[in-house]
Parts: sequence; C-alpha cells; structure tokens
Amino acid sequence: MRLSRRSRWLLRIAVAVGLAFIYIPLIVIGIYAFNSSKILEWPPPGFTTHWFSQAFKDEAAREAFFTSLKAGVIAAAIALVLGSLAALAVARHRFFGRETISFLVILPIALPGIVTGVAISNTFTQVLDVPLSLFTVIVGHATFCIVVVYNNAVARLRRLSGSFEEASADLGAHSWQTFRFVTFPGMKSALIAGGLLAFALSFDEIIVTNFTIGAGEQTLPIWIYSNLFRPHELPIVNAVAVIVILISIIPVYLAHRLGAEEGGATAGRGAGGGVETEATAVP
Amino acid sequence: MRRRDGNPARTAWLVVAGLVVFMLALAGCGGGSDSTSSGSSDEALQKVGKGEGEVSLISWAGYVEPEWSKPFEQKTGCKVNNKEAGTSDEMVELMKTGQYDGVSASGNATARLVAAGLVAPVNTDLVPNYQTVFADLKDQPYNTFEGVNYGIPHGRGANLLMWNGNDVSPAPDSWNVTMDPKVAAKYKGKISQYDDPMSIAEAAVYLKTHEPDLGIENPYELNEDQFNAAVDLLKEQQALVGEYWSEAAKQISAFAGGDITVGTTWQYQYFALKEEGVPVKASPASQGFLPKEGATGWSDTWMIAKEAKHPNCMYEWMNWIIEPKVNAEVAEWFGEAPAQELACKETANKNFCAEYHAEEPAFWKRVYYWETPLADCGNGEENCMDYNDWVKAWTSIKG
Amino acid sequence: MASEATVERRSASHRLSDLFHGRERLQIGALLAGPVGWLVIGYLGSLALLLVAAFWSVDPLSGATIKEFTLENFEALVDEPVYRDIAWRTIRTALLVTITDAVIAFPIAFYMAKLASRRGKALLVIGILLPLWSSYLVKVYAWRTLLSANGAINWVLEPIGLHGPGYGTTAVWLVFSYLWLPYMILPIYAGLERIPNSLISASEDLGASPFTTFRRVILPLSFPAVVAGSIFTFSLTLGDYITPRLVSNEQFIGNVIFSNIANNQPFAAALALIPVVVMIAYLLVARKLGAFEHV
Repeated sequence: MRLSRRSRWLLRIAVAVGLAFIYIPLIVIGIYAFNSSKILEWPPPGFTTHWFSQAFKDEAAREAFFTSLKAGVIAAAIALVLGSLAALAVARHRFFGRETISFLVILPIALPGIVTGVAISNTFTQVLDVPLSLFTVIVGHATFCIVVVYNNAVARLRRLSGSFEEASADLGAHSWQTFRFVTFPGMKSALIAGGLLAFALSFDEIIVTNFTIGAGEQTLPIWIYSNLFRPHELPIVNAVAVIVILISIIPVYLAHRLGAEEGGATAGRGAGGGVETEATAVP
Repeated sequence: MRRRDGNPARTAWLVVAGLVVFMLALAGCGGGSDSTSSGSSDEALQKVGKGEGEVSLISWAGYVEPEWSKPFEQKTGCKVNNKEAGTSDEMVELMKTGQYDGVSASGNATARLVAAGLVAPVNTDLVPNYQTVFADLKDQPYNTFEGVNYGIPHGRGANLLMWNGNDVSPAPDSWNVTMDPKVAAKYKGKISQYDDPMSIAEAAVYLKTHEPDLGIENPYELNEDQFNAAVDLLKEQQALVGEYWSEAAKQISAFAGGDITVGTTWQYQYFALKEEGVPVKASPASQGFLPKEGATGWSDTWMIAKEAKHPNCMYEWMNWIIEPKVNAEVAEWFGEAPAQELACKETANKNFCAEYHAEEPAFWKRVYYWETPLADCGNGEENCMDYNDWVKAWTSIKG
Repeated sequence: MASEATVERRSASHRLSDLFHGRERLQIGALLAGPVGWLVIGYLGSLALLLVAAFWSVDPLSGATIKEFTLENFEALVDEPVYRDIAWRTIRTALLVTITDAVIAFPIAFYMAKLASRRGKALLVIGILLPLWSSYLVKVYAWRTLLSANGAINWVLEPIGLHGPGYGTTAVWLVFSYLWLPYMILPIYAGLERIPNSLISASEDLGASPFTTFRRVILPLSFPAVVAGSIFTFSLTLGDYITPRLVSNEQFIGNVIFSNIANNQPFAAALALIPVVVMIAYLLVARKLGAFEHV
C-alpha cells in the first residue's frame, strides 16, 4: 500500500506508543519483583533477587502452580475434543440450528464470569450433590475454553477445501481414514494454537475458579489473590508473576511457529497469504 | 456432502429444549438438597474421639496464625486449613458450601448460621477450658439460642478509629471526623470505611449521641426513621470516602501508601502498620480505645459446622484456642480482650487485661457487638429493619 | 484398497466408518452429541436453574430460598435508583473501553498486517500475545500501585505540576482498556490480513487517496473484525468485579451481584439477568454484523 513517509512514521509511533502502554505495567511488575523493600514504594529503594529464591521455596506457590498446570491441561484437552467435534459438524455439514452453534459456544465466555461460576457451582453442590473440587473447576474451565478451539478449527476447516476429502473418499478411504490422513493433519496446527490459548485462558482464570474450587486446593490465580494484599507475601507474588511470564515465552513462540509452518500447506489460500492468521484467533 | 432437510435435527433440538424445561421444573419442585439439610443430628457431640488428621476453618484475619496453629498441629495431629474471610457475609457463604468444620463467627453471622441449620450446638462439657471463660461472655444472645449453647468465645474488641498522626490533627476523640460531613470534609477522599452493612450501625452509634431525639437505643434495632437517618448520614459520607475496605490487608496497604489517612479499623491493621513504621494513632487506652460516642465491636464465637467432616479435631481446636497461654497469645497478637479469664496471668504485658478492660463488664456497655438486625425489635414491636433491608441500603449508600 | 470382493476382516474403525457412511444425520448427531450435550444440558441448564431463582425470594434470617413465584426482586430493581445507576455505569464503561481499545488497536493491527516485514509481524504477534500470559490479578495490582498517591504515575507527573487520576472512574476505564487491548488487536489484525492487497492496489490505481481507500475499502471490510474484538472488550468489562474493587470505590454490576450472592441469591439472580440480557442482545447484533466469522 502506498503511504506517505509521514503516515508511515505516524503509524510507527502509534505502534511504539501502544507497545509502551502494554509493557510499562509489566516492567513495573518486574521492577517490584526485584524491590528490596516489602512495601511497594516508588521509587524502589534497592535491588534484590531474594524474592525469587523465596518464590521457588514457597510450597503453597509451587503446589498452586502445578494444580493450575494440571487443570489447564485437562481443561484444554476436553475443550479440544468438544471444540473439534462441534467444528467438524458445523464446517462440513448443514443442519437445523447450525448458526446457533457458534452462538451457543461463545456464551460461556461472553456472559459474566460470576454468572457462569455461580451457575455451575450451584448445579454441582445443590442439584448433583457433588462437592467442589479440582474436577468442578476443570468442568467450568473447559466450558468457556471450547469457543477458542472451535473458532480456530472452524476457520481452518473453511480454508481447507472439501475437495481433498472427497478425493480421499474417491480413492477408497473410509471416513475414519480420511479424517486421520487428510482432515486431521490439516487441522493440526489450528488445534494446537487453540489448545494453547485454551490452556492460557484456564491458567489465568480467577472468577469462575473462585466459585467452583474446593476448600483444600488452590490454583495459581487463587494463590495470588489470597496473597495479593499480604504485605509479607506480595513481593513473592510479583516474583512468581515474572517467572510465569518468562516461562510462557515458550508456548507462545511454539504456537506461532506451528501456525507459520502451515501457511503454505493448505489449499484455498485466498489472497491473505503470509502468516497464518487464525492461529491468533482470540479467546 | 449431500444437502439434507433439517427435520431430524430439529427434533433433536426440540428434545434438548424439552430437557431444559424439565430441569427448570425440577428446580421449581425443589429438586436437590437445600441449605437446610436433614440427616445429621441437631445434637451436640457426646464424646470427643480420635482426631481425624485435619480441620478446615474459616476465620477473621489474625485469628489463626502459625504462632498457635502450628503447636496445635503438633499436639493433636490435626492439620489446620485456614480460609480467611473479610466479612460475615463471606463467612456465611463459605459455610453454605459445607466444606468447612468451623468458623469464628461474629454476632451478625451467628443467628443466621443457626437459623440456616449450618451449625450444631456445642457441648461445653467437652471443652474443659470453657469453665474459666469470662462469665459475661457465656450464654449471651449472640452465642446461645433458645437456651442452647452454640459456640466457644474467642475474644472481643471494639472497632477502632485510626488516623495517620502526620496528616490528621487535632487528634480526633470523636467519630465526627468520619461521620460529620462538616468535619470530615477536611479529609475528603482520604477516609476509609468498612465495606459492610454493619457500618450503618456505626452511623447509628454516632447519632445516638448527637441526635438523641431519634431515640436510638440499640444500633442494630432501628425503626424506619432511625434507619433512614443513619442511611442518610452515610450517603452524605459517601462523597468523602476514599475507600471502602473489606480485606484487612487492603486497608493496610492503603494507609501505608498514603491514600487513606483516617477511618474505622481493627487492631490487626493498627499493629501491622505500626510495625511497618507508619505513624498511625488510635484512640488511646486512657479513653478506653473508644471515641466519645462508644463504638461498634464484636464478640466472636467459634462455631462447629453441622456437617463437619472433622468434628473431633474441631473440638480440640475450640479447646485449644481458649487454653490460657494460647488465648493470651491470641489476644495480645491481635489486640483484643481475651475470652479466657486465666489468660490474664499469661500475657507478656502484665497490664494487658487491664488496658483492654477484659475484666470489666461495665466497659463493654459502650461497645455494641455486631448483631443480626431482625424485624423483631425486642421490645414487643416488630417494625425494625431486617438484614435484607440493611444489605439493600448499603448498596444504595455506596452508589 | 480391495480389488476383489474379499472377505477379509475389516478393522474396527472401518466398521465404524461403514456405520456412518451415507447416514449424514447419524454423523451430525454423533459429532454434536458431546459438545451440545455439555453446553445445552450442562451449561444452559445450570444458567436456567440460577436465573429462575430471580422469581423467588429469600427468608431474611435463615437465608433459605422460598420457591414461590414473586416479582419483588424486579420491583426492587426498578424502585431503587441505585441499580439503574450501577447498570448504566457498567454499560457506559464497557462501551468507552471498547471504543478506546478499537481506536488504539486499529493502527497497531494495521501496521502489523500491512506494513510490517515478515519478521516484524512475527515479533509483534508474539509481543502482543505475551502479556495475555501474565496474571490478570498481578496486572491490576500493578496499576493499583501505579495509581496510588505515592505511586509511579504521580511521581512522574507531580514535578511538572500535573496529577494522576488516582482511584475512581477514570482509573477503572484506564485499567480495563489496558487489560483487554490484546483481545482487540488480534482479531482486527486477522481481519486486515484477509483483505487482499490487490483490492487496496486497485483502489489506489483508480485514483483514491490513502485516506479514501481507508474509509471506503479497508474500514468497511475490517469492521466485522472490529466488532468481533469488541465482543471481548465489552463482555469482559461488563462482568468484571475485581478491577473496580481494586482501583476504585465504584460498584459495577458484578460487584452488586457478588455482594448479594451470599444472602439473597434470588435477588442476585435478578441482577444477573441484566448483563445476561445485555450480552445476548450484543451478541445477536454482532452476529448480524458478521463478527462471528472473525472471532
């Protein structure tokens, strides 16, 4: 696109300002994580890595981290299954209520978390007589994670021309073989991206979790929330947050690489081209 | 992929819709258990058996600290899982989940917990240390219902008026610094008020002294006129409030950060801030820690859940918390008057009980323990505002 | 591939596929049973159970639900003006945040889609996604300290005679705009990517200035993507109660629902109907505008 130099520079500045806006609070968190004083005063009086070693030693934090990991993986897995099934139905078939599926799938994440959380919690404790535990948390998370997988999968299936599948059938493959050797490989990177986003959503979720978790367990956000206001624990919380951000560079990078690889492999590229865009289809 | 007409799928959707309607009907017929559960006994435990290995508690900040919970764990083998709550409403809500064994309930929760069938009577014979609890804490309307004992006293205290010595002068001796719009205007935006309908009682306490024509006796039993007066006062205050706090630690960070300079608080925050070196002050011991008008306060009771999974450990905990040495530690740590008479000999500060008026029933007449507002005014009339009214009013006050 | 009519044993998957072959209804049913069952019976069912309580009431002392039909909750909502104020405050903030984010996101997304090099694009995408992995709570708390009277914002502004917004409405708007920005950037970026460069070139060849091209080609084509992003900024703001609590004194719908869940679930359910109805209406409009293709 032909733009004047001035416009280009204005855009570059806008991007820089936007990125600064996004990253300054994160940098502040980073600074506080190395803050030598317990109270979050500004500017911080000194520098220390003490909180990081405390964070690694903190048993509650470690347990919460692994609980969140567990919940996230299982919730993402369930969302992957349910989201793909729904996507396959919607993208490859026509039926009454097809348009409603997209609506249905987005509801859990579009409605306020407190409504979803209390509704699910009530159903478990009052109707089903099931006590709250990590299981109920996972059910809650999987419910609002379906949409992320679903959207990615549908977008990809729409780009994958159905003619490949028909060709496969013509060559004698039965439907499972077609799915396994033609459809699924085409969907794979979209599913991985969706799965990673679903995991990220579950990992950081606080509101629904608050209502569906049992007394004895803590996910990482719950642990953070209970320590956020404790003067003695807050610096550790900042350190934990920094650690999580650093660790998460890996899955984000992976998701991106996997998305980019698929850029050329699918038919029906349309005119977009370039970097795979539905790998970034957002929650 | 041939095109199909949608009729079979339509049937499926109708079936599904029918199921949803069916579930609604189920709900209407009271499907599933409600909070008033049947089954477990309405009676207190008869004998304390072997500990179950853990106990899950709901408590106020500063009530369950490692200083005395760790020795408890070592002595009884009951691991303590503690959940801190900021308001009585939170505590009631947590008790409803049925996941906890006990709760340190204030007077604005005890009646509700009993009425909702969430707690069981306490057999005080099984709690040896109960014998030597202060007499004016036993058999009180907030822990004894229809002659049956429902809990073990923890300790009592008055809500404090706290201010930053550097920013607030002259040193206030009355609640007018937060309640009288003319005086409070000086600290606009720097006032901290407790985020709970119980604040209406604080306004009522203030009006009891400053507007005696209203005839307020008990700040929790308010008829419509008295209630509206208190609510209006708080609505005027709203414009001046910097923060409504419900988590103790949140108020601590607000005072420490300089965002707040005066407000209602508990001793827990006061001592925590002093430890951080923040120049906070509160009504001094010479005034009984109370501003002129008196104050609202609390007398907390440990209650045991009706469906407690670890009742033996809970009884051990209730006995432990009023063990003389422990109750002394608890009281001094938090800054409240102990429930256990013998604790007064065990405090590190020998004057502690005197300073905190632990042994003076007359003093506590100026402290209005949190209570559950009921329509029953207690004097034959039934036109007092009940708790639902208080909660709704509180939402209107905060805007 | 069977050449003769063999009687070789077919694998389980083959037999399963045969079962479904030609029976499209069966295929659809099998695919949808799981997700639809989960979402309709599990999720919608739970919602229905919660929201039906809006027509019930509660005993003030015991907190037990009285399951008799009554409209008293709705009467309370209408009679007492504070609920209208709170609802309007919430919706207004959600709209402001949406608009703010759209305005900030668009230039960034445009740059990423049309002007960045391949490498730049990749870096920017990662750069935008990374903050989504940092804890929501820690971010809000960081803002709380930034906005504090002795915080970094005042530290920067006071020497030049200005003052930070402190806590309050502005703070809430600022923090929400901050939190949901990535959720707006990504769909717009995806949407702009899909606009073929050939269309833009054609517009320029026909003599349009860059601004006209933007106004008459790019904007209309990317609008559904903007609406898609707005679904998240709007819905996430509408239901949140943690941020208003941490950086202001204001009550949003989520806060009032939260404070009533304990004692008066029927009333909380009535309150919950407000954001639910608003959100469903918003989604229906968004769908009409084509946003669902871009989510």
